[in-house]
Amino acid sequence: MFPARIWREFPQRYRLEAVKNKDTGEVYFPPRYVSKDGKKFNGEKYILPDEGKIFTYTVIEVPPSQFKDEAPYVVCIVELTDGTKLTCQITDFDKDWLDIGKKVRLEFRRVQTDAHHGVLSYGYKAVPAE
Amino acid sequence: MRDVAIIGVGMTKWGEIWEKSLRQMFVETAYEAIADAGIEKLDGMYVGSMSPGLFVGQEHIGALLADYLGQKNIPAGRVESACASGGLAVKCAFMDIACGNSNIILAGGVEKMTDVSGDGATYALATAADQEYEVFHGATFPGLYAMMARRHMHEFGTTRRQLSSVAVKNHENGSKNPLAQYPFKVTHEGVENSVMVADPLTILDCSPITDGAAAVILADLETAKKLAKNNPLVKIIGIGHATDSIALHDRPSLSGLEATKVAGERAYKMSGKTPGDVNVAEFHDCFTIAEIMVLEELGFCEKGKGGEFTEACNTHIGGKIPVNTSGGLKSKGHPVGATGVAQVIEITKQLRGDGGERQVEGAKIGLTQNMGGTGASSIVHIMEVV
Amino acid sequence: MVGIVGYGAKIPRHRIKVEEIAKVWGADAESYKRGLQLTEKSVPAPDVDCVTLSVEATKYALKRAGITGDKIDALYIGSESHPYAVKPSGTICAEAIGATPNCHNADYEFACKAGSEAMFVSLGLVKSEFCNYAVGIGADTSQGAPGDALEYSAAAGAASFIMGRENILAECLYTHSWMSDTPDFWRREHQHYPQHGGRFTGEPAYFRTIKGCAYALLEKSGMKPEDFKYAVFHQPNGKFPMRVGKMLGFEREQLETGWLVPTLGNTYSGASPIGLTAILDIAEPGDNIFMVSYGSGAGSDGFIFKVTDRIKEVQDLCPKTRPQLDENKIYVDYGTYAKFRKKILKND
Repeated sequence: MFPARIWREFPQRYRLEAVKNKDTGEVYFPPRYVSKDGKKFNGEKYILPDEGKIFTYTVIEVPPSQFKDEAPYVVCIVELTDGTKLTCQITDFDKDWLDIGKKVRLEFRRVQTDAHHGVLSYGYKAVPAE
Repeated sequence: MRDVAIIGVGMTKWGEIWEKSLRQMFVETAYEAIADAGIEKLDGMYVGSMSPGLFVGQEHIGALLADYLGQKNIPAGRVESACASGGLAVKCAFMDIACGNSNIILAGGVEKMTDVSGDGATYALATAADQEYEVFHGATFPGLYAMMARRHMHEFGTTRRQLSSVAVKNHENGSKNPLAQYPFKVTHEGVENSVMVADPLTILDCSPITDGAAAVILADLETAKKLAKNNPLVKIIGIGHATDSIALHDRPSLSGLEATKVAGERAYKMSGKTPGDVNVAEFHDCFTIAEIMVLEELGFCEKGKGGEFTEACNTHIGGKIPVNTSGGLKSKGHPVGATGVAQVIEITKQLRGDGGERQVEGAKIGLTQNMGGTGASSIVHIMEVV
Repeated sequence: MVGIVGYGAKIPRHRIKVEEIAKVWGADAESYKRGLQLTEKSVPAPDVDCVTLSVEATKYALKRAGITGDKIDALYIGSESHPYAVKPSGTICAEAIGATPNCHNADYEFACKAGSEAMFVSLGLVKSEFCNYAVGIGADTSQGAPGDALEYSAAAGAASFIMGRENILAECLYTHSWMSDTPDFWRREHQHYPQHGGRFTGEPAYFRTIKGCAYALLEKSGMKPEDFKYAVFHQPNGKFPMRVGKMLGFEREQLETGWLVPTLGNTYSGASPIGLTAILDIAEPGDNIFMVSYGSGAGSDGFIFKVTDRIKEVQDLCPKTRPQLDENKIYVDYGTYAKFRKKILKND
């Protein structure tokens, strides 16, 4: 992976930086430059909460090339406590625990390793919080 | 706006076509459509293809294919909207003719998917999702639809058996389609016990990796009438095209497909038809759950009842609304860029009365729904036999 | 006054038992358990490395310090398992906690002493008023060669300490460092696993160095072992820290709280620092803590901390160390462990 591509996403992947539309209260993650209804808006930096619950999930058994060594792994959509949703993997869990509605917390993890030689990509993954 | 009709169709056998290249597959198919229309020269061409760059390392296929089709100098280009690229090509051709810019346009689609490994194909297909916020985290296409399926099951009680019913019915139809990649029947148990791809979706819930091409020739009604020999004329009377957030997590609900609902409304409005008027439909069943959700969004059944509706055989040939008489993406195959065009071909055949063993009796009005990504692009065409 | 204003530890959830490793190599588990005085060790999942552990431990430390990342003027990670051979670990951690861009940063390596080195330098920078807040981290996902005695103990974990001059929860009263060139354990460039001098790592290395540092620290401070509520030493196995503690005149009760190795394994740069976090988790105001690390090669950093009243306000703010060690464990078999630790040969 070319480093510039992951580097520009660090504020979001490392620190969960979003933008809050001060006019409507909407939260955009990743940040948007125009509101969802196409308007210029007054935005402010907003850090997402790192807790939420599983909105939906799947177990990926057939992975794309860059995750060849990781499968099977679980991808989910987390609904954070402020209502924002994001997609990430779930890690460090027992199979029996996995279900819609389970509480999770976002932790800092390695997401992609680009074989043995490339740049390491870090970001958030969900872990059980109950 | 001028009326637009379909005057020729072409499609060759789909599958793992090891011996043929992208250009060979396309040219054979496109030439068949040209011959079917009884013409020699095109005014232009739109080719739908999702990712020839990733699959075979070839971009700029508009010029390449026009040249190999013996149509040098015509305006030709590739259009892309992920798996809805084929539908988009048909729409572009329609607009080109309807506005009076051209009289005869070829709308084609092609994808050569077996020149890369399985995980390479998974990678290429995943580029239709949000690369930085879904794919980066390991999401795949089956995975994203699996997450939608799980929500649908959670919210509406859709069952594993109901998902299987889609596959069983489409393979039943596909077994009567000699061009289908997998023209065999499957059982509910067979679907449920097949290899898991992305829980809860098994490999028989998923459309396959396919090489294939498809082409239709569109013309203004006046030209069409002159060219029509014995073929009944099929008009495109409604087009609806809509988009949605590309990332699933940006949508308020995952148990529906908003772009499909909006595209459907637009197509119904333009055509003046309602779901009750439609006799036969081709849906984008890239995964079994997709067909269930499309049924609901296009108004063929109540929201949340798509599974039940399917299980009760309403979408079988002879049912209330036969869906995917061709076998759908499931059985016929899914060379992504070609799919939207092949759907239009199946409906054209049905409306012409050329459906053979899978003919829906008395079909006058048909509908196609072609979808890109996890439904972030959706294109609906409504067609009527003149 | 200078000392710890925030601390945190991160221990991975996965564990492997000594029996599971012994089974694969045809070794006698009981004699390893007896000899090393440990029964299991932590295992990092493939998405865990020294940086991810550092980030999580430092997030806890920030919460206990009651400050945000942008207040951090310096951040140092000590580790022998930095994920890159060339490219700092600390920048990743600093970026993740929001300490960039006005921050000083370096990665340390000194076998198992790198973590206490980061603490030592952080304390010095804060004391000299070069920095208001500096973070010293000890973190490792250490590797032992398959079948080697080290494989039974090489574990993963991290501890992070924010040093400052205000709102201190454990004041640093004295420090001392003691070192010599003693090649008891090493890993050459491009080698996957370290080598060691067997029994040479004991008396002339571990024991001589820790004792040298500890005696100097006691002399410097004028304090005696009985003046301390707790003591923690580098813990490559269960036996060594208990033996060195007793040699120095400490009692088992003083040593047990920070003695995590029997179920954690040797977290290398994290070893005595994580032990210190377990002590801080339950310490009372006024308690004195004696800590001496050890890194092969060889050297020791010694610290004397005095716990302040503020400790009671911060202990419950984040997950404590003992529960991380004792609860929610996921046991893996050797095959999974080998896969996690990339011990299975595959094409690139």
